[in-house]
Amino acid sequence: MTDPLLSLRNLRKRFGGLAVTDDVSLDVAPGEIHAVIGPNGAGKTTLINEISGVLRVDGGRIEFGGRDITGLSMPRRARLGLARSFQITSVVPAFTALENTALAVQAGAGSSFRFFRPAALERRLNEPALAALDQVGLAGRAHTPAGAMSHGEKRQLELAIALATQPRLLLLDEPLAGAGPEETERLIGILRGLKSRYAILLVEHDMQAVFALADRISVLVYGRVIATGEPDAIRGNAEVRAAYLGEDDIPLAGAA
Amino acid sequence: MATLRAEAPAILLLLALAAAPFVGFGEGYMLTLLARAMILAMAAVSLSLLVGGAGLVSMGHAAMLGFGAYAVVILDDARVTEIAVVLPVAIAAAAGFALVTGAVAIRTSGVHFIMITLAFGQMAFFTASSLAGYGGDDGYTLYSRTEIGGARLLEDRLAFHFVCVGALAGTWLLCRLLLASRFGRVLRAAKGNPLRAQALGFDPYPYRLVAYVIAGAIGGASGFLFANATEFVAPAYFSWQRSGELLFMVILGGVAGLHGALIGALGFVLLEEWLSHQWEHWRIVFGVLLILAVLFLPNGLAGIPGQIAKAARR
Repeated sequence: MTDPLLSLRNLRKRFGGLAVTDDVSLDVAPGEIHAVIGPNGAGKTTLINEISGVLRVDGGRIEFGGRDITGLSMPRRARLGLARSFQITSVVPAFTALENTALAVQAGAGSSFRFFRPAALERRLNEPALAALDQVGLAGRAHTPAGAMSHGEKRQLELAIALATQPRLLLLDEPLAGAGPEETERLIGILRGLKSRYAILLVEHDMQAVFALADRISVLVYGRVIATGEPDAIRGNAEVRAAYLGEDDIPLAGAA
Repeated sequence: MATLRAEAPAILLLLALAAAPFVGFGEGYMLTLLARAMILAMAAVSLSLLVGGAGLVSMGHAAMLGFGAYAVVILDDARVTEIAVVLPVAIAAAAGFALVTGAVAIRTSGVHFIMITLAFGQMAFFTASSLAGYGGDDGYTLYSRTEIGGARLLEDRLAFHFVCVGALAGTWLLCRLLLASRFGRVLRAAKGNPLRAQALGFDPYPYRLVAYVIAGAIGGASGFLFANATEFVAPAYFSWQRSGELLFMVILGGVAGLHGALIGALGFVLLEEWLSHQWEHWRIVFGVLLILAVLFLPNGLAGIPGQIAKAARR
């Protein structure tokens, strides 16, 4: 097996008396989609926050590309090639789709302490930005302010922003959250197009999407990984079924 | 074309200011008033770079003017009046103060930032008040205006008028460029969505600090001009009331674009002047007008055309 791109070792985090991340270890290999599923409150978003650097862990190690990044700030991690999307759409509302995406390109295109040339006229920023918008099907909406876009379009924009940083690893926190059926179809198609070109850690409630996309799945319950394996193995895993049976139904077949 | 339309109000206003002496506003009293308005507009535009561009609501911007003005005073007392020395020192003094205080203040945000900039401003105010050698509380009257290559060009009212027009136009252009640049884009992104900016790898702190220092430097330059316009400098230059006025000009004009600060500052100074000649209790009317403006002009004076257009479509 190739060396993992991202490797979490024994991560621990407590909020007061609550262990939100309890001895979590998992790997993401290059080009792999590794999905993390689990009931509400299992600590999935917390995990993304720990990996991207929003939250500090209490213990354990996060390695990215063979380097220990546990102590690095969020901007430092981003510059190493960790891009994330947010569960609640996080774009700059006053910026157009193009400017949001060009800002992401700018992050990897030399110094931003340039004071006089209008950034909006820089082809070096605009061309990759338009390419990223095109990849998610938003090329026609490039000049629309992000604040005026539909929810589904904002989810697409969120993806374009992540892609435009030319990341080595995408951390996607519920990219399908709140999308309608048609938007979901479109987003799954886009994610499938990204598969194998990027390593992706995917947190998602939509089980159809997860089982259609993931190479491996880890099941997180109360901060603990209770199972990791290929989709078929997870589907048949008794412990996983038991964990979900606590809720009202086995969600493995339907949408969340 | 779209950009040109957005810049039209500022450009027209600057042209009108340049033309003012030739269309009936040429007498001394009027030129003095316009110079004061333009110098404060310069400070307001630089404050707008912070408020509208970076989301840094500074309540201590007057201190930057104060540093610029006191640089003129201290050098005047030492009989140094050459602009090649005085202006750079005025700018460096204000920028230095901005760097030192900004390094601390920018670690905070929101109300804390307002309070800490206010506190630094008041520190500077009380320091200036205690400078007995430079008049202390009473202030200091300059021996003469700053000279340009030994020539007393700034003494000429018309020449001074055009220096102010040029300085204001330069300030506006500089801040315009900054906001549109890569640097300004990061600044605006960090204002609109700081988490997003950080997730992309931009730490907002150095960008905000550089903006704060640039705005401070411009404030210092306007303080230099203010001292020359009035030929008198007092600790009141630093006062939080003046900082509040500057902030009010920015908000009155509208924070969506830099021209808002231009319109706000000119409107504020001219209205204040006009009202004070109408009625001795003019401040009551002034206050009411300002409250009405805040209540009914969400985008400031600069947003009025947009509001009218919107109402007409309905």
